[in-house]
Amino acid sequence: MGESESRAAPERVPIEKVNDYMWKIPQYKPEMRVPGMVFANQALLEKMQTDRTLWQCSNVSQLPGIYKHAITLPDGHEGYGFPIGGVAATDYEDGVISPGGVGYDINCGVRLLSTTLSEKDVRPKLAPLAEAIFRNVPSGLGSRRKDFTISNSDLEKLVTEGVQWLIDRGLGWSEDADHCEENGRMKNANPDKVSNTAKNRGLTQIGTLGSGNHFLEIQKVDKIFNSKTAKAFGITHEGQVMVMIHCGSRGYGHQVCSDYLRVMEHAVQKYKISLPDRELSCAPGNSSEAKDYIEAMACAVNYAFANRQAIMHWVRQSFQQIYGQDAEKFGLKLVYDVAHNIAKLETHDVGDGVKKKVWVHRKGATRAFPAGHPDVPDDYRSEGQPVLIPGSMGTSSWVLVGSQKAMDLTFGSTAHGAGRMMSRSAAKRQFWGGDIKSALEKRGIVVRAQSASVLAEEADPAYKNVDMVADVSDKVGIATKVARLVPLAVVKG
Amino acid sequence: MSKPDKFAGRFEFLEHTADVYVRAHGKNMEEAYENAALSMFETMTDTTKIAQAQEETLEVEAEDQYALLYSWLEALLVKFETENMLYSKFQITSWKETADIFKIKAKIWGEKYDPKKHPQKVGVKAITYHLMVIIREPDRVILEFILDI
Repeated sequence: MGESESRAAPERVPIEKVNDYMWKIPQYKPEMRVPGMVFANQALLEKMQTDRTLWQCSNVSQLPGIYKHAITLPDGHEGYGFPIGGVAATDYEDGVISPGGVGYDINCGVRLLSTTLSEKDVRPKLAPLAEAIFRNVPSGLGSRRKDFTISNSDLEKLVTEGVQWLIDRGLGWSEDADHCEENGRMKNANPDKVSNTAKNRGLTQIGTLGSGNHFLEIQKVDKIFNSKTAKAFGITHEGQVMVMIHCGSRGYGHQVCSDYLRVMEHAVQKYKISLPDRELSCAPGNSSEAKDYIEAMACAVNYAFANRQAIMHWVRQSFQQIYGQDAEKFGLKLVYDVAHNIAKLETHDVGDGVKKKVWVHRKGATRAFPAGHPDVPDDYRSEGQPVLIPGSMGTSSWVLVGSQKAMDLTFGSTAHGAGRMMSRSAAKRQFWGGDIKSALEKRGIVVRAQSASVLAEEADPAYKNVDMVADVSDKVGIATKVARLVPLAVVKG
Repeated sequence: MSKPDKFAGRFEFLEHTADVYVRAHGKNMEEAYENAALSMFETMTDTTKIAQAQEETLEVEAEDQYALLYSWLEALLVKFETENMLYSKFQITSWKETADIFKIKAKIWGEKYDPKKHPQKVGVKAITYHLMVIIREPDRVILEFILDI
């Protein structure tokens, strides 16, 4: 297909070096209420300067009630309104809430399972195991499981109760909820604030992986960097087999975002908020529009937690089918489930030791709370919250641990992934799905995918180096390295 | 790998790092909307494989021309996700606009999605306003928009 230049060229944004991993966008426009702060090494920064990432960061800094700085993380890339890989904290009452600061895929996130198996145990059965997962977990365009349908009233309960609703129905173990952010349920969810269109989209898609960058991988622990914390997380040795699930709230969340962007456009006029970009539309934190969005968003957050719970259940079943033994025998314990796209009310130091309630918008960012924080599960509290950073297809993924530095610098947040380098059409021109598959298979990685073009678009060179992203997080200290995971088998839409 | 572009003059995909960036053309708004819709289904599958077996009507309204384009594409995406329908032919049959309301009616033709018949490309999550451009001239229209995938 024809390629041409896009019309709107990126604006040149001034940047000042703070240190090797921190860069400040000064308040170069009068509309900027706070500076921008970019966490990146030189190479990652240079990549951001090729598109609109930094300009979008400067736009976010114009949101009413924003505190300290608009943050771009090492994986930052151009998004809609907000850059992807960013954080903004706004005042609880005087600040705004923006659906664009969460994104379309509300609670797109990652779930990690540990097993008691080693690579040598899994290797002989790897292909059938990947095949079983591919069969049991619907993925790709329009996928669904015919034997798992829910009614409208089930959906109301699911989005209100989150993962617990599935656990009560036998899709999971009682302890699973303890290892989810928010225990797998935001309590303020109110399905009355969700449109019928969103509900209809959600009904058919619960328990599906989706397509694009979403994936499910059987991985092994490649290297442990912090054995004490790793052990607390159930990561005991190199070669240990893990399972990672990366997906979100599907059409349900996409529609909630879309519906409330429209609500917020009216709110922008009603409350006379001046914004540089339509996708930043927002409403004051104490307005009915913002309250409605937060309650609808919470439904989508719970939908996504439940979606990953159902998928995890079918992964456990797949192990049972292939090995003919109970899943418990292989561990298959939930290490943690963490959101990457979410807005939450949290208390943070907003400067000079002043603590405030703020709306933390994490768009492509992982919460990274330190040891001792009450929101970290009991059994991890002495270490800190697990941070899960998925790589791209065929690359490593990372387990990090949150730290006090994140509370000081990034409103308790760090990066969420690799971040794209190359456009999808460029990737498709350079790579062919079949070649990508055979290259991965030469490295011993089993690949099961619905779409050859997705394989090409998701080719590893199309992404930033996730190791570099984890490295910057570790060097800055906002979340530090625990373990590196590498794929044994990849299942994609 | 280059191949002749069967959609030349109707739409093209522009460079964008993360998502699908479309430029759709038409000699008027109606035709540009029809081509924009086709580009979205071409993102998901091969539209030449979608039979025009079933005819339906669709009505969309919005408060301005950007919201109308957004709503048009979103209505079609929702049809796919909730009714499992794919479409390959679109005809805007009525176009009404006043200062504060835009309203269109369309006929659309397609068939139920069948993974065995319709090759999978990538699912579209949402339409976005990011970099949305509508150029409306007397004898030609250009629409640019990004699909979040």
